[in-house]
Amino acid sequence: MTEPDLLILGAGPAGICAALAAREAGLETVVVDANPAPGGQVYRAAPASFRIHDHNPDRRNGERLRTALAGSGAVVASGHTVWSVGRDLRVDAVGPDGPVHWRPRALVVAAGTSERVVPFPGWTLPGVMGLAAATILLKSQAMLPGRRTVVAGCGPLLAAVAHGILKAGGEVAAVVDLASRRDWAVRLPALAARPGDLARGLGWRLRTTLARVPWRYRHGVRRAMREGDALTVEIGPVDGDGAPLDGPTTTLRADALVVGHGLTPATEVLRLLGARHEYRREAGGWVPVLDADQRTSVAGLYAAGDGCGVMGAAAAQQAGWLAGFTAARDLGRLAPDRYRLWTAPHRHRLARMRRAGRAMAGLLALRPGQVAAIPADTVVCRCEEITRTEIEAALACGVRDVNTLKSWTRCGMGPCQGRMCGETVAALVATRAGSRERAGIWTARVPLRPVDLAALTGEYEYADIGIPEAAPL
Amino acid sequence: MNPRIHRHIQRPPTVTLWVDDQPIDAHPGESLAAALLAAGIRCLRHSPRHGEPRGAFCFMGACQECLLTVDGRRVLACQETVREGLRVSTGAARD
Repeated sequence: MTEPDLLILGAGPAGICAALAAREAGLETVVVDANPAPGGQVYRAAPASFRIHDHNPDRRNGERLRTALAGSGAVVASGHTVWSVGRDLRVDAVGPDGPVHWRPRALVVAAGTSERVVPFPGWTLPGVMGLAAATILLKSQAMLPGRRTVVAGCGPLLAAVAHGILKAGGEVAAVVDLASRRDWAVRLPALAARPGDLARGLGWRLRTTLARVPWRYRHGVRRAMREGDALTVEIGPVDGDGAPLDGPTTTLRADALVVGHGLTPATEVLRLLGARHEYRREAGGWVPVLDADQRTSVAGLYAAGDGCGVMGAAAAQQAGWLAGFTAARDLGRLAPDRYRLWTAPHRHRLARMRRAGRAMAGLLALRPGQVAAIPADTVVCRCEEITRTEIEAALACGVRDVNTLKSWTRCGMGPCQGRMCGETVAALVATRAGSRERAGIWTARVPLRPVDLAALTGEYEYADIGIPEAAPL
Repeated sequence: MNPRIHRHIQRPPTVTLWVDDQPIDAHPGESLAAALLAAGIRCLRHSPRHGEPRGAFCFMGACQECLLTVDGRRVLACQETVREGLRVSTGAARD
């Protein structure tokens, strides 16, 4: 099926539910995903060769979604890297069996997020990893990030990771949290819509207390240093905006530091196709402008899940259902009355879960004070090793948007394609440009991910190369 | 200490792979990045400009820090699955 009715990019909770909805409406549906199995990052599957006897709610939810998807009749292309999407919605990918492409009539982008880590001296050292990376190690690889780990950053993943490490018998040196006790407390009422999650989160928090793990509120990592195989991590107090405050610093010894400062929607495909976006700090950054039915500003293009604003897995599923039904409606495959009936419960649940999701997303939003405090010689762009000093020099010369900065300094030009540093760089440029809107966002380009040229071309003989006829003189 | 968690988990028997000509044991199906971490191999390459040590960072195929060579192919260790006899070269030789 190379010309399906609908193609869905991403097999996380939003993408899976969009596929279930599309199949319910009878659409020929293809789901394309980079990971070995569906589930996204939140419900990431363990390797099929592992036998797991621990059935926590995340694992149960993931299995439930995977089973539903497998029985839905949707074609699932796991292990495929999408490197190009054209304006005609042609999708090009490289999979285990080489290059593939599809020409769907409609496209749902459910690409999720990438983790934002605001740079500090030492963040490029081996042993320093993302907080989301730690959840992948714990959940899908059943592995500790280190013997003794510092867990730092902000948001609900702090408690999830600290608990995961302790439960597995590992050691947590400290939890270093940018938020204050009060920042957490004011969000608790909004979480009442998700009592199960709330109870689980409080349980994780309690477990760290019982294990006598110091939880340092309103603290941030100042720097990390390497001593042989060990890391020393200096932490200090910060204000509500993440900026360091005068006050005693503490040095922690560990062999791993896992750190994450929130999530940023992965919007490159939507931007490549020209969908309208807006900057919303509390939603995680630049997000597509959607109507009430998950349509983007481009005909035939829909979006759902955290990739269009961070709200969490529960809301992502409801938005996925809505996107799938709307695509079917627009393709003329779902009658208006049925569309209203089928979408109503999902709209209702989405509204309820949005509140809880947004309360948590508030903790994850970028803190400009933290970016402003990045020391001068710190590497900001990991790939091209561009420091804060080099970025400031370009700004002093008059650079006022991120794409000019990229051409000027190579910042964001490396193999990660600006995914790791983009948010930090844009925040730095915005201080001179006046706003994130003026600072802009990297131009999305093909290839969307680095791909092996040999994998694209496959095996060929000299005679296979087409030689065009010479142009008439 | 082996960082692998054993409670409630049964893994298939280990296989041997070769990392910079040294044997390491790992379980089939594991991600190569995780297997290297478990074997205590943290530095996977050096940065192109300043030659600083780098290791796996995002574990989800975004940051490109864990790029290395497996059986002659350039792959991300976090997206590669452990199989018997893999020959891995990291760029860590200078460390």
